[in-house]
Amino acid sequence: MIPSIFEWIWDMSHIVFMGGLWLSLVTIGTGLIYCIIRAVLDTINKTAEPHFNE
Amino acid sequence: MDNALIPKEVKRCPFSQFIILLGPVVGVLLLGVFAMSLVWLKGLNQTNMNDAYGFAAWIWADLTVIALGGGAFFTGFLRYIIGKDELKNIINYAVLIGVICYSSALLILGIDIGQPLRGWFIFWHANVHSMLTEVAFCLTVYLGVLIIEFVPLIMENRQIDRVPFFHHLGHRMHEIMAVFAATGAYLSFFHQGSLGGVAGVLFGRPFAFREGVFIWPWTFFLFTWSAAAVGPCFTMLITRITEKITQKKLVKENVIQLLAKISGWMLTTYIIAKIIDTWYWAAVTAPSKGFTLMDFYSNNPLYGIWILVVEIVIFGVVPAAILIIEKGRRHPILFITAVVLAVLGVCLNRWVMVLQVMAVPVLPFEGWPMYFPSWQEIATTMIPVTYGIVFISLAYRYLPIFPQEQELNPMGQMGPGEQEKPSILSDRKLRSAET
Repeated sequence: MIPSIFEWIWDMSHIVFMGGLWLSLVTIGTGLIYCIIRAVLDTINKTAEPHFNE
Repeated sequence: MDNALIPKEVKRCPFSQFIILLGPVVGVLLLGVFAMSLVWLKGLNQTNMNDAYGFAAWIWADLTVIALGGGAFFTGFLRYIIGKDELKNIINYAVLIGVICYSSALLILGIDIGQPLRGWFIFWHANVHSMLTEVAFCLTVYLGVLIIEFVPLIMENRQIDRVPFFHHLGHRMHEIMAVFAATGAYLSFFHQGSLGGVAGVLFGRPFAFREGVFIWPWTFFLFTWSAAAVGPCFTMLITRITEKITQKKLVKENVIQLLAKISGWMLTTYIIAKIIDTWYWAAVTAPSKGFTLMDFYSNNPLYGIWILVVEIVIFGVVPAAILIIEKGRRHPILFITAVVLAVLGVCLNRWVMVLQVMAVPVLPFEGWPMYFPSWQEIATTMIPVTYGIVFISLAYRYLPIFPQEQELNPMGQMGPGEQEKPSILSDRKLRSAET
């Protein structure tokens, strides 16, 4: 649910409830985008990364 | 045939043997898929649902797998946020079990709502006053987090790891895994709690109703607490079963002992809180609504006071006592008894909180409605078990799930009894013949 749809009301319940959801999604999305961009750059630059289990 | 996909320095059984042994499990899985198709094509008339049981037996399976999957968030929390470094040797398996449990939970919900095409309504037309909406949000997003935590492990597959982009992606994801783990812990705290909160806010059903803090009834905290306590027990139980089947030691004892100790103390504090909650509910909350304790445990064929005693004493106090005493958790039989009892305890607790709640009459003229699921419900409820076995078998075969496996099982050394009894998932002699 986003503020542009007709059921949205600017009250505390909507802000806290939906804010929590969107905060989680933004955190996860930002993390994933960061990883993908860094992986693309590493691939282009042929960076040698140690294996994470080593 | 699939040797190129198997991790280095470990041995697995021949592909043909692997397929034959998985055959019966896949057969049961296909029966579940057939039953699921019947429910989706023909509707909820395939179940024994009625006005008293509007969620069928699936709701119990749903809450149970979510609680058992709690090992993923709590182990992740201990590993990445608290910094218990030893747990890196079991976190992969905890995440794998979490992925299975949470994907199963969402699948069951997809069947239970009867009209999965409208499943997205709960996100788009959200009722922000409903704890179930919070559950739906957190459950879905947390499954996403678990998949993200599982992806670096897939990237570790021998062939996938050779592709530079996937190799770097896995590495970069692992680098910021603490961010994902923290998000997962936050989401899990709320959805585990809200599942308990759903029962606790039922003021029209004194068997479930509890007082609490602000908008959260005590059941909110008890559910989160029990999932954090028992989830790692389930991870350890599945680890032991896997070790038994593969006839290999897969995780060092100090890792299991650390997790068992933490789990034991979580279980101890949980069961103390549960006893206090039960006493207050029996002595104050229920009488204030016009009920005595025995009203909830008499005049019916199934739910006697025994269920309360078994849940709290046998499935709660006993495993907690075993796990917090070092001699108890180091003793192999006592240890396995404790984790089995703890797992059964959370299964029984969820049964009581979602099915007994629906059975207890709330009006003087009502009786106790009993419930027995249809074969379609039973077959679909078996899906998480069979799908879990298949998923774990594939992951164990092709991914480096256990970082200590190579060290604990150096190539060329046979495990005890291996010659006489080849294991189901790992076979060292036949694979060497194949290569």
